[in-house]
Amino acid sequence: MKSSILVFPGTNRERDVAHALVRAGSAEPAYVWHHDTSLPPSDLIVVPGGFAHGDYLRCGAMAARSPIMPAVIEAAAKGVPILGICNGFQVLCESGLLPGALMRNAALKFVCRDVTLEVATSDSPFTHSLAKGHRMTVPVAHHDGNYFADPETLKALEDGDRVAFRYVDNPNGSINDIAGILSENRRVLGMMPHPENATDPKIGRIDGQGLFTAIATALEGAAA
Amino acid sequence: MKAKVHVTLKNGVLDPQGKAIHNALGSLGFEGVDEVRQGKVIELDLADTDEAAARAKVEEMCKKLLANTVIENYAIELSA
Amino acid sequence: MTIANTAITPEIVAEHGLTPDEYDRVLDIMGREPTLTELGIFSVMWSEHCSYKSSRVWLKKFPTERPWVIQGPGENAGVIDIGDGLAAIFKIESHNHPSFIEPYQGAATGVGGILRDVFTMGARPIANLNALRFGAPDHPKTKHLVSGVVAGIGGYGNCVGVPTVAGETEFDPAYNGNILVNAMTVGLARADRIFYAKAAGIGNPVVYVGAKTGRDGIHGATMASAEFNEDSEEKRPTVQVGDPFTEKLLIEACLELMAEDAIVAIQDMGAAGLTSSSVEMSDKGGTGIDLDLDKVPVREEGMTAYEIMLSESQERMLMVLKPEATEKARAIMEKWELDYAEIGFVTDTGRLRLSKDGEIKADIPVQPLVSQSPVYDRPYLPTPPRAVLAPEETTAPGDLMQALVRLMGGPNLSSRRWIWEQYDHLIMGDTAIRPGGDASVVRVRDTDKALALSVDCTPRYCYADPVQGGRQAVAECWRNITATGAQPLAMTDNLNFGNPERPEIMGQFAGCVVGMAEACDVLDFPVIGGNVSLYNETAGQAILPTPVVGGVGVLDDIEKRVPIAYGAEGLTLIEIGANTGWLGSSRYLRDIEGEDKGAPPPVDLALERKTGDAVRGLIADGLIEACHDISDGGVLVAVTEMALASRIGADIAPDAALPLHAWAFGEDQARYVVATNAPDTVIERLAALDIPATSLGKTGGTTLTVGSGMTISLDSVAEAHEGFFPTLMGE
Repeated sequence: MKSSILVFPGTNRERDVAHALVRAGSAEPAYVWHHDTSLPPSDLIVVPGGFAHGDYLRCGAMAARSPIMPAVIEAAAKGVPILGICNGFQVLCESGLLPGALMRNAALKFVCRDVTLEVATSDSPFTHSLAKGHRMTVPVAHHDGNYFADPETLKALEDGDRVAFRYVDNPNGSINDIAGILSENRRVLGMMPHPENATDPKIGRIDGQGLFTAIATALEGAAA
Repeated sequence: MKAKVHVTLKNGVLDPQGKAIHNALGSLGFEGVDEVRQGKVIELDLADTDEAAARAKVEEMCKKLLANTVIENYAIELSA
Repeated sequence: MTIANTAITPEIVAEHGLTPDEYDRVLDIMGREPTLTELGIFSVMWSEHCSYKSSRVWLKKFPTERPWVIQGPGENAGVIDIGDGLAAIFKIESHNHPSFIEPYQGAATGVGGILRDVFTMGARPIANLNALRFGAPDHPKTKHLVSGVVAGIGGYGNCVGVPTVAGETEFDPAYNGNILVNAMTVGLARADRIFYAKAAGIGNPVVYVGAKTGRDGIHGATMASAEFNEDSEEKRPTVQVGDPFTEKLLIEACLELMAEDAIVAIQDMGAAGLTSSSVEMSDKGGTGIDLDLDKVPVREEGMTAYEIMLSESQERMLMVLKPEATEKARAIMEKWELDYAEIGFVTDTGRLRLSKDGEIKADIPVQPLVSQSPVYDRPYLPTPPRAVLAPEETTAPGDLMQALVRLMGGPNLSSRRWIWEQYDHLIMGDTAIRPGGDASVVRVRDTDKALALSVDCTPRYCYADPVQGGRQAVAECWRNITATGAQPLAMTDNLNFGNPERPEIMGQFAGCVVGMAEACDVLDFPVIGGNVSLYNETAGQAILPTPVVGGVGVLDDIEKRVPIAYGAEGLTLIEIGANTGWLGSSRYLRDIEGEDKGAPPPVDLALERKTGDAVRGLIADGLIEACHDISDGGVLVAVTEMALASRIGADIAPDAALPLHAWAFGEDQARYVVATNAPDTVIERLAALDIPATSLGKTGGTTLTVGSGMTISLDSVAEAHEGFFPTLMGE
């Protein structure tokens, strides 16, 4: 599996997700700088967490308009799986690859804690090996993770089985307890929690590994 | 030419920051405030001198970057 | 070129915080009247903050050397060898005064400043810690200050992507007018790739990188050295504003440049900005520096040489580069969208020469500016000793378990979750023991090693008996690191005190330093850097003496760490160390009985050492499932904290020879509670070393039970414990 990880000025979880990918069997991922205009050949594109451009203006707003994004949008159209985590989810919403927006947490404070997620669909390259209803404990760490979509968009997401994860204890006020959503073609996943920070048995948190293993097996299966 | 862009949350979009300001105003004893909505103002100093051209340009800036039209409205105010 | 000329009046001298004697010394060094810029430079370099003029004679007492110390005090941060060719680089620093005036920005820039001190030396920062002290919870400013400081620390640390893993927070009316915000950063580097601040190579370019210079915080360093008066709240303009986004870019850019063979010397622009960085670099190198201030990137028009030199704009660095590396350096800074300017060069004159607008604005001999800075051996009055209070002389609570709930739900022992959930404590994925235990444990990436980190101080002990309090601050930090299984290696200190011109305050300072130095020596826990913050008083009301200790230890195998949560039923809880029911100066007396009396517990350093080494040995041999040091609140609070962390109850028996409340809440030192599956082995091994060990009881169930019949549900303790902060903050 060849993965590319986008790096914007202010991105800060790129190494965390690289470690999780390598643990799941990926080759060492390529870091792609926001000023680049093309991507190396990639089986997976990751938009990692952080504070791209300082989260100034709106979270993800300026990153979504950076020079690399047309190449990402083009890859998405070809069906290359794209995973946006936290700030990456915000970037994907701002770029139009995913619907809706992420607003300030309902409690207005940054929140870093373990949350329990429930897998809401197995129908995606990211969750195919996780049973619907499977629960996993992974951390969140964000100030703007309160997912919002207008009623029509929400209906389309729910009717299309495009909610990937829901919070069991909603930490941020997200509508319908949404923690992660899929694009219409199910190849783009945006999620606020950080599975990449729960992939290391020696640290004692491993529930996030399943997602990366699922991606790896899906992509190897596709390649074979 | 100068442009002032007012970005506000659309009606119906929950505004937790506005709500918090509302509560704080209440606890400071300001009564009769029915609602508070928080937004932002972006000031631009433009080289354009033609108002129509400037407005069109700022309009495009708003759609492309300055506002997230999923959740935000914008209003443009131009002055010489 | 001519020397710029402004008449220096006694009023101008006084406004710069220099005494007439100090000004005479300036005249002596300069051989003429200084320019205003020169006066400004002397003023900040000779401020308490930069010169340590009241504290220097005492700081010499600290042991600073051990074989594993690579760099002790005197550089941006201290460096220790942690094995495998790796070094840990760390330091603590205060941002007390700015945080009181503008809590969000004050705390945020405190974090930014200490991060720069650490990555300046070539380290990637891997952990932040903080020690906070606020006034009484019901003081009208407290809530605002807590909320601003916590948001500021989080806002900065979260954005730069460094986990904030540990800290301590205390409330006491003594801090009503002067809060304390002490921030610590720990970084990792290759032991053979450490960068220093020694300017060398005549003609080498002096390069400015980072953010532009504005009129921020001019005279911040002198503000940090002046006692507050009622006008202080008008001093807002001198508080700097931080930009963590730029800091993040600066970290990445500097680390990228450091991987090249480009840097001769590097120094961050902290307090006193361009002044202290250029002076310190040339002083350490025994060289001179010429700067052309017209080349400094500025944010505002019409800035004078004085303003440029004294600005405390954040996120800036000064470097001496190898001449052949400048293009590479410029390219890296441009990639990261940071300003890059060659603003001068290293000279052999030994002088700091500044030009602007075709004029020489300053021309100061560096060596005398630094070495002849004032030093005061201030008169001091030792704190009179307090009488030892027998357990029987204290008031017992009506109901032991209700007193326990009040303590656990009170301002000082309640859960700090409200605070640390606002800090990203998990980024980097290496946080193995999170906030809320003794020390936090962070893995050293790509190895099986981990660092154990803790910050500690017990100001009420320091107030009652500075020497014992100083010893205790060091011992408690060392104990907290030990309780995870790690070997404590070195510490950094943040000495927060009142006005040193008052002999009783200087007596507190001297006593604490002496006690700390003794403890460092016996515990082999050297001081490798730190910070002194004096004049923490308002209208004659000083803070409690607060010498905060930030310690770092190493665990060779991260899987051998132990938490405070015992995590299973049926384990035996053992109290290690002797409990004499020492309630003098205890948390119980202060917070429950509202009494501040009695001598604090004495700290027997040899016993601390012996006990801690034994506990560490038991952990290394896999005999211990959980370990917690006994400090504030005594053995019952320690067991309760372990139970809360485990969500499993415990049933323990008191020592019938002591009054019940003294057994429960007494604060004798050199004690731990451990949970074990092998109680006989543990007790035998400790007995062989002559270390007292008492079986307290067993873990299990959903209640805490003491003796026969004193029972409380863990849920009700948890509710009180978790409820304090949300209630205080009005949530």
